[in-house]
Amino acid sequence: MNRIKTIETKDLNKTVKNGCGECQTC
Amino acid sequence: MVHQYKLNGYNIVLDTCSGSVHTVDEVAYDIISMYKSASEEEIAEAILKKYAHMPDVTREEILLCLGDIKALEESGKLYSEDEYEDLARSYKNNSNVIKALCLHVAHTCNLNCSYCFASQGKYQGDRAVMSFEVGKQAFDFLIANSGARRNLEVDFFGGEPLMNWDVVKQLVAYARSIEKEHNKNFRFTLTTNGLLIDDEVIDFLNKEMSNVVLSLDGRKEVHDLFRKDYAGNGSYDRIIPKFKRLVESRGGKNYYMRGTFTHNNVDFTEDIFHMADLGFTELSMEPVVCAPDDPCALTDEDLPKLCEQYEILAKEMIKRKKEGRPFTFYHYMIDLKNGPCIYKRITGCGSGTEYMAVTPWGELFPCHQFVGDPKYSLGNIWDGVKNKECQDEFRSCNAYAREECRDCWAKLYCSGGCAANAYHATGSIGGIYKYGCDLFKKRIECAIMMQVAEAEEQ
Repeated sequence: MNRIKTIETKDLNKTVKNGCGECQTC
Repeated sequence: MVHQYKLNGYNIVLDTCSGSVHTVDEVAYDIISMYKSASEEEIAEAILKKYAHMPDVTREEILLCLGDIKALEESGKLYSEDEYEDLARSYKNNSNVIKALCLHVAHTCNLNCSYCFASQGKYQGDRAVMSFEVGKQAFDFLIANSGARRNLEVDFFGGEPLMNWDVVKQLVAYARSIEKEHNKNFRFTLTTNGLLIDDEVIDFLNKEMSNVVLSLDGRKEVHDLFRKDYAGNGSYDRIIPKFKRLVESRGGKNYYMRGTFTHNNVDFTEDIFHMADLGFTELSMEPVVCAPDDPCALTDEDLPKLCEQYEILAKEMIKRKKEGRPFTFYHYMIDLKNGPCIYKRITGCGSGTEYMAVTPWGELFPCHQFVGDPKYSLGNIWDGVKNKECQDEFRSCNAYAREECRDCWAKLYCSGGCAANAYHATGSIGGIYKYGCDLFKKRIECAIMMQVAEAEEQ
């Protein structure tokens, strides 16, 4: 019986490598 | 770090440092809550005892669930280590470019809202409007200090920016004339109370503004309580037709209705639903910013009611989406799959470093909420940032700046919170505005619950 379902999310650890700063800026 | 909560029938488990989200049944929820503090045998005994009435909860099932949890842990999706603190330290030292300005083109307003954080648009000073020359220098300053960044943002702000409309148009034309040669892409936004919107304004906004923020507090009696003109007349009836025309002409996209709720409308979801019922679908509602002794200030007694309101809002949004009449709420616009990278989540809005406000006379402040406070004057658009000590204080504002936030599950969602809110509540931008934290955490819990609900539907 599967009691845990994982929602698909971005892995923050992987973004350590890939900070470009082009995102929008409260 | 793991955060567990129950909301709207879902058992949700967040893994703070990986960003992972899990939805689990009651048994797994309880096992996860004990996983780090008890042995497998102790967990099995406790679960068997608690769920003795459920025949499918066997020792074998519990061990299988423990195995699943261990696998998630090993794959970095549960109990992941916090390894970002050094990143926060190095990133703040590297951030020396400006990418956004809030241009205060008008320190004057045609409304006289008593709750205005900007003292009716004057920011504790004299009425003033920005000249084209000052605005032009602000753009030159932004380009000169933006380094290799291509996407730059300028928000036309006030007061009421439409009271200096010709200068807004001239500045947009100037920016468009120089952006190609500097390999920049300007994204413009404008915030307005709506009174001066006409067809000419609408055409220009639709051509040049990536987004427009339209001030509306919701129900007529709520809106008109504070948003009056100098003759004491409410503005609701005058602005609604204008806002409707503007929004319709933009195809119902790229705008935000932006309301403020106060102690007088703790039932603020009624105002959001009112806006949705008027046909506006991109909505935002923010807590009032004012002194704690102000009659409209939110109180400790209001807090549980406000948290309940956020839950009501989330459930109603799920319901309306199913009914085919969805609307969005700014704070629930979370994107788990394609959201921002860890750098953004550590540093937040970048006020005082990447983002600054410019007064009509060219003075620089960390953001619009600090304008008019002399100790937060950073410098000016001709000489640049001179108050390095103040800027360094803002540079240090991030998710890892405060000892109290170290064990907070929400720190990579709030990025350390709003410096202005902290300052107004505690007298220091490094302070903790706990009331704001509590509201923020409730909003994030609701936003993630909505994502879980959507995933369950698929």
